[in-house]
Amino acid sequence: MTALLELEHLDVAYRTSAGPSRVVHDVSFDVARGEVVALVGESGSGKTTTASAVLGLLPAGGAVEGGGIRLSGTDISGWSDRRLQAVRGVRIGYIPQDPVSSLNPVRPIGVQLGEAFRIHRRGDRRDVRRRVLELLDRVGIDDPALRARQYPHELSGGMRQRVLIASAVALEPELVIADEPTSALDVTVQRRILDLIDELRREHGTAVLLVTHDLGVAAERAERVVVMQHGRIVEQGAIGALLDDPREAYTRRLLADAPGLEEPEFRRPRPPVYLRDASVAAAENPFVLEASGLVKAYATKRGAEPFRAVDDVSFNVVRGTTHAIVGESGSGKTTTARIVTRFVSPDAGTVRLGDTDVTALTGAARREFRRRVQLVYQNPFASLDPRHTVADLVAEPLRNFGIGDRRSRAETARRLIDRVALPSHLAGHRPRELSGGQRQRVAIARALALEPELVVLDEAVSALDVTVQARILELLEQLQGELGLSYLFISHDLAVVARISHSVSVMRRGRVVESGPTEQVFRSPQHEYTRELLDAVPRRKVTA
Amino acid sequence: MSAPVDTPLVEEPAVPGGRGAPAEGGRISRPDSQPRVTGSRDVSPLPDAAPRPAVWRQRLSGIRPDLVLAWAVIVLAIAWAVVPWLFTGADPLAGVPAEKLQAPSAAHPFGTDAIGRDLYARVVYGAVHSLSGAFVAVTVGLVGGTLLGVLAGSLGGAVDAVIGRVVDVLLAIPALLLSLSIIILLGFGTVNAAIAVGIGSIAAFARLSRSEVVRVRQADFVEAAFGSGARLPAVLFRHVLPNSLTAVIALAALQFGTAILAISTLGFLGYGAPPPTPEWGLLIAEGRNYVATSWWLTVLPGLVVVVVVLAANRISHALGRNR
Repeated sequence: MTALLELEHLDVAYRTSAGPSRVVHDVSFDVARGEVVALVGESGSGKTTTASAVLGLLPAGGAVEGGGIRLSGTDISGWSDRRLQAVRGVRIGYIPQDPVSSLNPVRPIGVQLGEAFRIHRRGDRRDVRRRVLELLDRVGIDDPALRARQYPHELSGGMRQRVLIASAVALEPELVIADEPTSALDVTVQRRILDLIDELRREHGTAVLLVTHDLGVAAERAERVVVMQHGRIVEQGAIGALLDDPREAYTRRLLADAPGLEEPEFRRPRPPVYLRDASVAAAENPFVLEASGLVKAYATKRGAEPFRAVDDVSFNVVRGTTHAIVGESGSGKTTTARIVTRFVSPDAGTVRLGDTDVTALTGAARREFRRRVQLVYQNPFASLDPRHTVADLVAEPLRNFGIGDRRSRAETARRLIDRVALPSHLAGHRPRELSGGQRQRVAIARALALEPELVVLDEAVSALDVTVQARILELLEQLQGELGLSYLFISHDLAVVARISHSVSVMRRGRVVESGPTEQVFRSPQHEYTRELLDAVPRRKVTA
Repeated sequence: MSAPVDTPLVEEPAVPGGRGAPAEGGRISRPDSQPRVTGSRDVSPLPDAAPRPAVWRQRLSGIRPDLVLAWAVIVLAIAWAVVPWLFTGADPLAGVPAEKLQAPSAAHPFGTDAIGRDLYARVVYGAVHSLSGAFVAVTVGLVGGTLLGVLAGSLGGAVDAVIGRVVDVLLAIPALLLSLSIIILLGFGTVNAAIAVGIGSIAAFARLSRSEVVRVRQADFVEAAFGSGARLPAVLFRHVLPNSLTAVIALAALQFGTAILAISTLGFLGYGAPPPTPEWGLLIAEGRNYVATSWWLTVLPGLVVVVVVLAANRISHALGRNR
């Protein structure tokens, strides 16, 4: 029996003004009927380009240069758009990465779903409507009749992704290509979406090509894995064999970097060596930050109850350790971070930094407070001014507080750039010339410039690939050891939290549902929600 | 967890920019500047490609002939304004009555006017009046409008509301009518006409710069600057202004063309420079009486105005695209 999809020595290149640039080299693998194959690699590895080539949806300027793509034995690589229309949707379904921009915002989702049937002339109007409702029901959307009339902005991210899955499987294709289908979603939503894809596969025997940067997701869901780097296949094989005995160094590195694949060593606060006298140690305030009873409410519609984004939240950060706040989107964790960094004022509760109450600081006092607490943002593409050089960006806090003269500031910037392990020749470059990981290093260097006591990291590694993420976490750990920093680490990713934090608070709907030392919370979660979150982390399938 | 951080960064791949950050829930944070082309992020330059020649070839092939032409037109017009005597030997003011109303020829490329003055010389010498007028007008609009816009955008609240309504009033009056009223207040003359045109464009500059400032103020890096202890003026000058000016500069180039047109219009109506100044609008106005017999008196200076305005618009468009 021939494989459903076979790629043979596929080469893809983009036309650029500097001549063709080949981005996929000699890629060969196949997908059997009903099989889940994961295509794993970091960004820039050519995995999305490979998937687009199969669909004949390469962006302008891209072309298949050599090799073949065979669907059930027929080579479709040279087919025109017109001929491919008989394949796309009908025989190969596609689930895009981004549920926000992949749906037309001005048409109800029912109409958009029905499009697949209308384009391929399946059934009359009433028939199409019935099948749309069936599909919506099938992908687990409650009250399909109502939802079909709604517009994309009325649905949550997870629901939009379900709609996209529904449209991918509408015509019951033999193969579904899912391009990072869950990268933009919370872990619990991710789990449900992946379960849904699994379930559809079992029922219809659909094969799935899962494109992902997360080896954890691949390990949990796929039967075989194809690892790509720099547009070439590094290694491929059955998932079990690959995880147990990776042959290539790059695969081993991916495995080591993937959070959640194995239980990390939990971090325990080291006893401070310089405090030998127990009585002195006891007298010292062990907390760098104490937040108690924080409340922040936002007015909604007139007359309605105000929405409490943060509802009676308390936590402490022990000096020299990392405290993590974990939760899904909408749990209020970012608002909490913004209260602590004094970009938002709480309606009630206090924030104490060391021995001072910083809750009510305004004006000059608040500016002075900025020396002691620094924030690192989630998105290093937005948090660095594109017009400044790396050296200027890092030195800016010093300039703001008039510390040193121009020369000493440049010297400090050089030291900080070195400290975050950036090559020194990057000092004169602008952010857009840097990779995502390098930009985040610049943001960290800037946060360290004022030698703060507490650094608040708001999803600081969430936008990065697993390998880059692992490097940044190592850097953070190392800096903490050397400089005695304290971190407040905000994240939705439990695997990352397990690796970096000493203690953790789990937030849900504005409240802390559970908190304690990381090891305790992860090993024996008390609250049901914590357990649900932990279960949702992609792990290796337990082979029965 | 094994690699020491001191052997860094080779492992960091090119920009994970196009990818929607696997952030929170359905909310996707994506930098606006990143093009939304799936797969384009996979086009990292090949490691073996030599970077330097590639960059040069890219630059050379990036040159667009129409843009080069537009710049050439503007440079020529400026050269006319600065060193007109290099372009023509004829006197723009003294005429030879015997040679009046001659059609374009080798001796007089643009022909001659009713009192025998060389029209080409008058156009060349007139450039300084029209261009400096446009320059003054744009400067007035740019400085005044941007100041108002930045104030409104950065202070917000009552200041924003008051400036917003003033701008509304300015926008409500037709530009030509506004310019005419201001000239009547200021008196006739090239400079006053230019100032009047400039005041007319303040509203557009204020609107645009306000919206840009409001947009940039919401950026993370502006909050980050406050977070690292910067005060409002420092944030405005260091981060907000440089990042909001690109669009304003593009509008300035566009207004430069519009201002040449407006000043010529005022000159045509007799509100600008007095005769015998060879200002472009005035040239066209003077040729009006001879349209039936001597078409070149209106058509050729008119064409010059059109070409210069189009060139300015083309450059403005390119500036706007390169943001």
